Amino acid sequence: MNQRKIRVLIGKPGLDGHDRGAKTVASVLRDNGMEVIYTGLHKTPAMIAETALQEDVDVVGLSILSGAHMELFPRVREELHNRGLDHVLLVGGGIIPADDMAALESNGFTKLFGPGTHTEDIARFIQGEMEKRWAKEAADA
Amino acid sequence: MSTPVASTDRQALWKQEMDKARLRDANFTTISGTPLAPVYGPADGEQDPDENLGLPGQYPYTRGVHPSMYRGRLWTMRQFAGFGAAHETNQRFQFLLKAGQTGLSVAFDFPTLMGYDSDDEISAGEVGQVGVSISSLRDMEALFEGIPMDQVSTSMTINGPAPIMLAFYIACAEKKGIDPKALRGTIQNDILKEYQAQHAWLVPPEPALRMITDVMAYCTEHVPQWNTISISGYHIREAGSTAAQELAFTLANGMEYIRRGVAVGLDVDDFAPRLSFFFDSHLDFFEEIAKFRAARRIWARKMREEFGAKDPRSWMLRFHTQTAGVSLTAQQPENNIVRTAFEALAAVLGGTQSLHTNSMDETLSLPTEKAVKIALRTQQILAEETEVAHVADPLGGSYFVEAQTNRLEAEAEKYFQEIEARGGVVPSIMNGFFQLEIHKSAVKYQRAIEKGEKRVVGVNCYVEDDGGPTIDIHRIRSETEVEAREAMARLRSERDPQAVERELTAIRTACHAGGNLLERFIAAAHAECTLGEIAQVLREEFGQFQEPKIL
Repeated sequence: MNQRKIRVLIGKPGLDGHDRGAKTVASVLRDNGMEVIYTGLHKTPAMIAETALQEDVDVVGLSILSGAHMELFPRVREELHNRGLDHVLLVGGGIIPADDMAALESNGFTKLFGPGTHTEDIARFIQGEMEKRWAKEAADA
Repeated sequence: MSTPVASTDRQALWKQEMDKARLRDANFTTISGTPLAPVYGPADGEQDPDENLGLPGQYPYTRGVHPSMYRGRLWTMRQFAGFGAAHETNQRFQFLLKAGQTGLSVAFDFPTLMGYDSDDEISAGEVGQVGVSISSLRDMEALFEGIPMDQVSTSMTINGPAPIMLAFYIACAEKKGIDPKALRGTIQNDILKEYQAQHAWLVPPEPALRMITDVMAYCTEHVPQWNTISISGYHIREAGSTAAQELAFTLANGMEYIRRGVAVGLDVDDFAPRLSFFFDSHLDFFEEIAKFRAARRIWARKMREEFGAKDPRSWMLRFHTQTAGVSLTAQQPENNIVRTAFEALAAVLGGTQSLHTNSMDETLSLPTEKAVKIALRTQQILAEETEVAHVADPLGGSYFVEAQTNRLEAEAEKYFQEIEARGGVVPSIMNGFFQLEIHKSAVKYQRAIEKGEKRVVGVNCYVEDDGGPTIDIHRIRSETEVEAREAMARLRSERDPQAVERELTAIRTACHAGGNLLERFIAAAHAECTLGEIAQVLREEFGQFQEPKIL
């Protein structure tokens, strides 16, 4: 068991106003002992990456239900990269067709979650992934 | 012949047998979490029927707003549609009209909903995605090319920049030589629920409400058949509220618009008849029917008793319904056709004036033509084959439905008192009261599904490993955004820059000096000012809304 708390940024890139999912996931992750920061609505990719940097988060979770995921998700990844944040675990969710999920998952996103996902599965996925990463860090050190 | 049994004995006997009965492992509550009795009787729904029900077309309209209900006229079948560029949505409109749809309903994309032009940098990736992109009068003209605007009724779902979009619509009709007095339709224009739930705003509440009263004043005089606000519970419910919260918050917003109209000197009976409502129809069949009935009764009583309206049309709550998008599943998506059909039936038994039925593929993307047609046919089957439209309020007098109607009315009343105690609707928005209430209900419902207390076929029961059959989905052409940028560049080079400057300056002045802003927006539309340019003046003069933090 690690002692560190996982720090997560939940971000809403773009003009999309649907935040039910993002806020629900934020609450569930917090209930699972993570430190969660929610960006609020209508953020640009640069604003989200800047918050990720300032808050020193381990995970960035993005939510889009506006169909703009193929434009905005990669731009957030790029902005994270520009700030030297390639190590951040990047996940996302929303109304995203299966083909697009696959494309994003082979382009820097570790996992995409669709409608009907059990929120505890998201929490378990993030915990599992972070434990792997921290174990690797410890072994490398 | 059996001996008659006294009613009290019957009840005791029933209770005895009920206590012994083995019950299914299920959560016997409404979808909103309210416990239900196993059976309802005369004592549960008891109220004076003359005072609380009346007949259809009679105060307090619990049983419907028209005496003949659907015998006179069926509900309007109005499918919400919009995607890509204006000419693409125009084609979908033509398709729907040909398929027998009786009214149009425009869905806009997020840049339009937030008051940004399609060539604005902030719009990248979102142009034409969740709706049609409309940045100018030219776009509006393309949207209604070949559609007789004086004959169809049009609903436009837009709020923050609603007065600007309405100006484009009126200017478009004027250019076609149509008198705005002949225009029929609805603009959503319900900014309060944007702050609470849907989140597409332009400026803070006070200036937004001033623009809304400008719309009410202008339309009363010049566009008298237009519904100036569609007070919407749909988005509140979709954001996670319970049925009672949807009912209470929507009607609280409605009463706030009434107060604002009266405060600027309008006579309540001049503008109240042009306010309409918009509700969700979720899967809890009886709770939804009761919600619609309660909504009519509460509104009638408030309007007559609290606001002193004298015109019966001010008392009548007319509403549009959309089936619940949130009830649809990405798993086994064809099952969504069935969910939507049940929800549509509830809306009709609840006395809706118009209805949108969702398409089965909407948890995946915007709908395909095939999916939209099945959704429309669902309404047509309901209207033509089930014979349910012959009798008004067929569930009136049902012990259960009357009890639920009374319960929802009482729950709404509690919320009205709480909102008042918190200083009213706008202060309760600014301190996040509505937002937090809705969020708490959303999380509670999600948890109930995950614990299996509430069941969803394909998600937590009857699950198929691969999610079930897949269906075709609708994709937005990737060229849409490029073409939109090109069209905007043409517009900007072809119009008269001095006229644009003059109209934008006039708007800037009117923001502070007074004067009707809708009138100014119509003049600006004719001068080919864009949505983004007008909205930018408003953002500069009125400031931007800061979302309260609730998480």
